[in-house]
Amino acid sequence: MNNLIDLEKKINSELTTKINKTSIKHNQIYIEIDKEDLIDVVLFLKTNKDTKFRQLIDITVVDYPEEIQRFKIVYLFLSHEFNYRIILSYFINENELISSLTSVFPSANWMEREVFDMYGVNFKDHPDLRRILTDYGFEGHPLRKDFPLTGNSEVRYSEEKKKVIKEPVKLEQNYRNFDYESPWEGTKYIKEISETNDKKN
Amino acid sequence: MTKKIKNLNLNFGPQHPAAHGVLRLILELDGEVVEKADPHIGLLHRGTEKLIENKTYMQAVPYFDRLDYVAPMNQEHAFALAIEKILDIDVPIRAQYIRVMFCEIGRILSHILNVTTQALDVGALTPSLWGFEERETLMTFYERASGSRLHANYFRAGGVHQDLPAGLENDIAKFCETFPKIINDLENLLTDNRIFKQRNVDIGVVTKDDALDYSFSGVMIRGSGVPWDLRKSQPYDCYNQLEFKIPVGKNGDCYDRYLCRIEEMKESVSIIKQCLSKMEKGPIKTFDNKISPPSKTEIKQSMEALIHHFKLFTEGYRVPKDEIYTAVEAPKGEFGVYLISDGSSKPYKCKIRAPGFSHLQSMDYLIKGHMLADVPAVLGSLDIVFGEVDR
Repeated sequence: MNNLIDLEKKINSELTTKINKTSIKHNQIYIEIDKEDLIDVVLFLKTNKDTKFRQLIDITVVDYPEEIQRFKIVYLFLSHEFNYRIILSYFINENELISSLTSVFPSANWMEREVFDMYGVNFKDHPDLRRILTDYGFEGHPLRKDFPLTGNSEVRYSEEKKKVIKEPVKLEQNYRNFDYESPWEGTKYIKEISETNDKKN
Repeated sequence: MTKKIKNLNLNFGPQHPAAHGVLRLILELDGEVVEKADPHIGLLHRGTEKLIENKTYMQAVPYFDRLDYVAPMNQEHAFALAIEKILDIDVPIRAQYIRVMFCEIGRILSHILNVTTQALDVGALTPSLWGFEERETLMTFYERASGSRLHANYFRAGGVHQDLPAGLENDIAKFCETFPKIINDLENLLTDNRIFKQRNVDIGVVTKDDALDYSFSGVMIRGSGVPWDLRKSQPYDCYNQLEFKIPVGKNGDCYDRYLCRIEEMKESVSIIKQCLSKMEKGPIKTFDNKISPPSKTEIKQSMEALIHHFKLFTEGYRVPKDEIYTAVEAPKGEFGVYLISDGSSKPYKCKIRAPGFSHLQSMDYLIKGHMLADVPAVLGSLDIVFGEVDR
């Protein structure tokens, strides 16, 4: 494979029905697939002599809370032999189960645990699906867009109970998200007030 | 009468000097042989990715210093490159040399720390005392350029924050003359040292195939004989104009990885020298005032510059809708940023790919069948910094 366009053609011709869309941008190939075809596509990319994407770089999720298919699952692959990168992605609903890549790449283990921890996406046949980055007994999935930046609970040492206890977050001052997008038109809440005034008039 | 023998569960960390940070490692021991290792990470999790989603692009840079805090500028580099690629802006050549030079200084900083603390873990105290003196010198260079020893916040999309102060280039050149002698001194202490070799040779061996399967990168994969370095294979900034070699190991054990790091430091010194000789006076950031702020004198004279300044430091610059993965060769391996922009002035998503995360994951595979005393040696050669593993 000499260049990305050949590689894109090759992938499209070999995996015709399994590929929904491909594009080339920033010297990388972006591929969209269906969630059922994940293992087949990844096995092909890993073992075929013209692709040899032998390294799984990362697995991550993008959260679009307003969409029906809320989560976009993203896999990044690297081929040392041909020096290419591929970004593989598909969309799922909030409570859908997806298949684990641990049988193909052992390194997927922690990456999928992180995805589970941060976004609450569940994997079937994952050998050890526990939380990884958050605390023992943590609730919620921090990287979801609807999770507050300040979190839900805070911990402190309680003198009476002689142990560390968990409490709902109490802030001296609320988190202020300044809307600087357009200082000339005024921030969002001013816009809303002026809009209702306009309607009244 | 039969004796029942039970495996012992040992809790290593979270506060242990050989854990190189806050790692809780649960080891299952059969006598002194490790049967299973289960690392518990996340004790230093600060939610960097979540915080970045709520900050403008310029405000997000300091978070990258706090990932791998022994080589801060290498991380900033990945983030700056990602934004530059989306915005499609050119970086002035002087800025490229400055950035590459500081990345190599970061590499030396990180490798000194790793090599000497690894030696400390297996019982040699002196290297760390000698090495940390040099790290102090290097951190002074950081301070003179950026204003702080560790959390530099120096790289910007489109260049660097400010030009080098007078005299810094000379001092770095002087350092390049004296430093190779220190590397030699360290090598005299360690390379042929009987105890050091006994503790590291044939310990934590990684085969080529396993290194690929476990997503290893950097020294971890080169130590196993895979000639792969992003500076050569996917050059960024001005690396394609510099000459340097990629040291590759043979056996993939802790000792080979140590040798790779030592050789890499020597190459880094040569890269810094080349940068210094090729660097010419010139601009250090892009002229596009929609991205880089105007100078202080301009603000005092021009209304337009004042408006630009105000807009940049309140709203920040907007980045068009795009999706990109950019990686750099950080001292510990491939450090990548997967950035999704949505046209506003804050990133929609910023996933950080830390090399240490996949290295630490393989702890169970690496340590199985080794003795308990080998745990610190293997952990040391993985080059783990918890800032980046836990994010």
